[in-house]
Amino acid sequence: MEAPEYIIEVNNVTVRYNKATEKIDNLKEYFVKLIKHELMFQEFLGLQDVTLKVKKGEAWAIIGTNGSGKSTLLKVISRILKPYKGSVTVNGSMASLIELGAGIDPRLTARENIYMNGCLLGYSKKFIEERFDEIVEFSELEEFLDSPVKNFSSGMKSRLGFSVATMVKPDILIVDEVLSVGDVLFRKKCMNKMNEMLSSGTTLLFVSHNMATVKSMCNKAVWLNKGKVVMQGDINEVCDEYTNTISEKKRLEKEAKLKKERALDEQAKKLAANKKKKGA
Amino acid sequence: MALKKLLTDPPEGSFREIFKYKDLLVQLVTRDIKLKYRRSFLGYVWSILNPLLIMIIMAVVFSFLFRRSIAYFPIYLLAGRSMFEFVNTAVSKSLSAITENTSLLKKTYISKFMFPMSKITACMVDFVFSLGALILVMAFFSIIDGRVLFSLWNLGAVLAIIQGYIFSLGLGFLLAELHVFFRDIRYIYHAFSTMWLYCSAIFYDIGMFYEYGDAQSAAGSFPLATYLAKIIEYVNPLYIYIKQMRYFIWTPMLDEIPYWAQVTVWDFVLGTVYALIMFAIGTFFFRRNQDRFILYI
Repeated sequence: MEAPEYIIEVNNVTVRYNKATEKIDNLKEYFVKLIKHELMFQEFLGLQDVTLKVKKGEAWAIIGTNGSGKSTLLKVISRILKPYKGSVTVNGSMASLIELGAGIDPRLTARENIYMNGCLLGYSKKFIEERFDEIVEFSELEEFLDSPVKNFSSGMKSRLGFSVATMVKPDILIVDEVLSVGDVLFRKKCMNKMNEMLSSGTTLLFVSHNMATVKSMCNKAVWLNKGKVVMQGDINEVCDEYTNTISEKKRLEKEAKLKKERALDEQAKKLAANKKKKGA
Repeated sequence: MALKKLLTDPPEGSFREIFKYKDLLVQLVTRDIKLKYRRSFLGYVWSILNPLLIMIIMAVVFSFLFRRSIAYFPIYLLAGRSMFEFVNTAVSKSLSAITENTSLLKKTYISKFMFPMSKITACMVDFVFSLGALILVMAFFSIIDGRVLFSLWNLGAVLAIIQGYIFSLGLGFLLAELHVFFRDIRYIYHAFSTMWLYCSAIFYDIGMFYEYGDAQSAAGSFPLATYLAKIIEYVNPLYIYIKQMRYFIWTPMLDEIPYWAQVTVWDFVLGTVYALIMFAIGTFFFRRNQDRFILYI
């Protein structure tokens, strides 16, 4: 069998959200709105006609301002959201660090949570048992294995989450700005682990606002704005263009602000002059 | 070979996908059971103690309330009530199974059937624990009567439990799915479950209705009670399971089985058909709407 050319293929994907001002979640409202013909579906396109083709071993950065659809794209790829139009094909195992510790139950102990989280990621109990020591060692939580996670600090929780999520070498690693928690040492440890995975052929999808990190980790980038792809290709080109546009935008905004201020000043001067005339 | 493929390679979003997550099911079920009794002094004993206490109260109240006496009433009561309690708790817990796990559903992909299913399975395990109360009461009456009230027939209760489980799964999936779109379902179900309790002949016997109906028709009026009894017997699947449960637990200790407690093959056929229909409806709607859950939670 021929290996597929792309490991991730996102073809013309559109994601539709309902941007209803108020959520209708009870029957009374539903019928009232139905009778008043207000049951309109206010659609909002989280992604519009996005195409992304990722080859094995590539490291892609997804950049863009807040609300540009970066997380939505990751959610579509990791099967959490179904696209409204278009298709997504993924050929390989995925580990997504979209939010560390999503499956962590604060009432359970760290030990129980490792099993729970591992199972949530689709591993068997036996598989987790074999890697249990490794996970514990990486998380540096040996002392607290049998205390409930609700007593943990947020850094400890994300350590636990990261250790479980990366216990196996996945074909694709999806990271969504998760490394902002934890102390410096652990963050470095995570970076090293990710780099190690990258060098052994794992494909990476990385969302971050930090251009320096992005440039050091990735070789390709896709830039999203309001759900549309603005540019994709080589990391340096896209990042530079992005930085330029952002600073250009900031500069324009500043100029507009200055202009407005000047206009207001002039108006004030005129008013003062008028007053003087009247007085005289 | 074909079966193996059917289990290991299920289409995305289908019910069969849960076989891929069977370890997760075990984890979720043990979590629910563990957490239920964590920090409680008596722990699992409550699974037995709770139905026992309620049974004692109900037995005392209802033996005063009804003049007609049912032999081994505490056992009759306990067998019926624990079955009802199992289905009722399972369904009401699975109602909020999807809406409670919002954070998980938004961040990872797992079979969504898993959430209601784990709740229902945990309830079934709890129900099996609670049968300890039944064993205690039966032992108690064995001592009083000076004869063994246990028999091999008792094992047949498994059949009733399986039907109840499948039925609960179906209803649980359906309501969990509806609850995502309409949060009213919870309140509607609570009102409905009260009605269900009274329509399931937990603390009375269905023979009462038939005799009253006979009296009605003898007096020349419309035998409403007979029709009510028929509705309970044939339209309420839960009563069918309760009846089966009693048939295996309670009737073997009687010298003479009352006509209204007789169970034929048709009761099993009807009970199974109800369970399977409910399961088919539940999985169908759940599967059809599961992709929209994330937009509503």
